[in-house]
Amino acid sequence: MQFFFEVLIGGLLSGVMYSFVALGFVMIYKASGVFNFAQGAMVFFAALTFVGFQEMGAPFWLALILAFGAMVLLGIATERIVLRPLVNQPHITLFMATIGLTFFVEGLAQGIWGSTVRGLDLGIQDEPIEWIMDKAGILVSSFDLFAAGVAAALVTLLALFFQYTRVGRALRAVADDHQAALSIGIPLQNIWRIVWAVAGFVALVAGLLWGARNGVQFALTFTALKALPVLILGGFTSVPGAIVGGLIIGSTEKLAEVYLGGYVGGGIDSWFPYVMALAFLLIRPEGLFGEKHIDRV
Amino acid sequence: MNTTTQATPAAPENYLSINNIEVIYDHVILVLKGVSLTVPKGKIVALLGANGAGKSTTLKAISNLLHAERGDVTKGSVEFKGTRVDQLTPNELVKRGVIQVMEGRHCFAHLSIEENLLTGAYTRGNSRAELKQNLEMVYHYFPRLKTRRTSQAGYTSGGEQQMCAIGRALMAKPEMILLDEPSMGLAPQIVEEIFEIVKDLNSRENVSFLLAEQNTMVALRYADLGYILENGRVVMEGDAKELASNEDVKEFYLGLSSAGRKSFKDVKHYRRRKRWLS
Ligand SMILES: Nc1ncnc2c1ncn2[C@@H]1O[C@H](COP(=O)(O)OP(=O)(O)OP(=O)(O)O)[C@@H](O)[C@H]1O
Ligand SMILES: [Mg+2]
Repeated sequence: MQFFFEVLIGGLLSGVMYSFVALGFVMIYKASGVFNFAQGAMVFFAALTFVGFQEMGAPFWLALILAFGAMVLLGIATERIVLRPLVNQPHITLFMATIGLTFFVEGLAQGIWGSTVRGLDLGIQDEPIEWIMDKAGILVSSFDLFAAGVAAALVTLLALFFQYTRVGRALRAVADDHQAALSIGIPLQNIWRIVWAVAGFVALVAGLLWGARNGVQFALTFTALKALPVLILGGFTSVPGAIVGGLIIGSTEKLAEVYLGGYVGGGIDSWFPYVMALAFLLIRPEGLFGEKHIDRV
Repeated sequence: MNTTTQATPAAPENYLSINNIEVIYDHVILVLKGVSLTVPKGKIVALLGANGAGKSTTLKAISNLLHAERGDVTKGSVEFKGTRVDQLTPNELVKRGVIQVMEGRHCFAHLSIEENLLTGAYTRGNSRAELKQNLEMVYHYFPRLKTRRTSQAGYTSGGEQQMCAIGRALMAKPEMILLDEPSMGLAPQIVEEIFEIVKDLNSRENVSFLLAEQNTMVALRYADLGYILENGRVVMEGDAKELASNEDVKEFYLGLSSAGRKSFKDVKHYRRRKRWLS
């Protein structure tokens, strides 16, 4: 049973990462109708940029701020160079554009910072916490606890931002009805830039946590593809769906790997989430929390 | 009909004027073929016409919302208070005091009524106190919205949504509202209620209105002036009362006439004649 919990906690942690990537997708999709395939590449870009600045001698906070600045610039450039010229084009065109963007961002990141695997040190110990070990006999790393705390703080911050600020309200308005938002004078392009910046920030946090655990390397972009089953599970427009979906995918894939892996030859965490998402798709196509369509409007 | 008492400035005719505009959708579909109209300060002007006449297109040409629908103003100009506004973004236009309430209301379905109203103040960047004051002003005119302030807009009735859409526009403190088909799909007494409020806003808050309506009879009762649009052209214009008593208008837009309803053939004949004249 202790082992079960240890696997579960490890799974939930990778689930948090999936959640963050999915969250970036959901925000951009809701606000601009763009399915941003490049979200995973953005996570990679963010982490690499942070490490790059650190290697140049920047202290933690400065590197964080610079990396965030880079993400904001990337978001603004994307809106200006890729999305704005394609406004009013079919969704598939925009989707293809973000696939192109993915390769560009990956290339750009490696072009600037090189392609060697880097370590990322957040200064958080990755050791079992003793009192949990003593009390429950479960190995919980202090890093895991830290990551969970950061995740909870970020989600709370985003929720407050969307719910109670003028810009947050405008973001939700744009997600509901572009045309109407435009008609009352909400500047869509500003809103899109803000959304990309927020998505960039989420990508940065995900990249840092992930990079600190597994090193900053190209494989990050593949892991970020796990956000797809998360989106299918959670629904493309639901913020809570992205979070809960990520946790479910993360924990079940690890549990499946440990408990079922032996029967099918291991390595099932690479495909199990997709099978689960597909099965789920058949039962509930709108996703776990797929936003209810209001028919009266 | 003259309930507005405020003194009009030197050139009231130049408040909002559209001069000979032509609109083309998708680079090929010519929809407005040279429309001119003016809205004097403090007046309610009705823009009337059948389905597809180009009423909504005219309003969107003013508010610069055509671009999002692949429409372009290819000729003519729009002026507000003596300056050209045709190249402004909707955001800039709202800041100058002209705002559109779109056909079909377009409330933000997942936002509460009050949140909807608050989004209307986006361009103003009001303080908390000002926001509260403006909300109270809107609730004063639309007491129903106050009782439904926490409901998700998507679940409120059509009338409430229309009120929400107008209230949301009011939060931007506009001088001029372009109101597109407020009566659409609403029961007659709700329509009356909404038009009464429009009239009230016009006389007490000094908001001018350009009102697109298919419901000719009601619109002419509340408007000061009217324009009748047909196939992208203005075919008749004048004082609302005169238009309402004009035999041709009665016959073909109100469906009443002293000689009873005429046949469709006569209507066609009339329309052709009218087109030649215009
Ligand atoms: N986005 C568009 N692309 C192409 N044609 C359009 C577009 N929008 C409107 N039209 C056409 O322009 C004409 C005028 O439309 P408009 O919506 O302005 O009419 P309307 O007078 O508002 O009619 P209604 O009373 O039905 O609202 C119609 O023939 C319509 O088919
Ligand atoms: Mg219309």
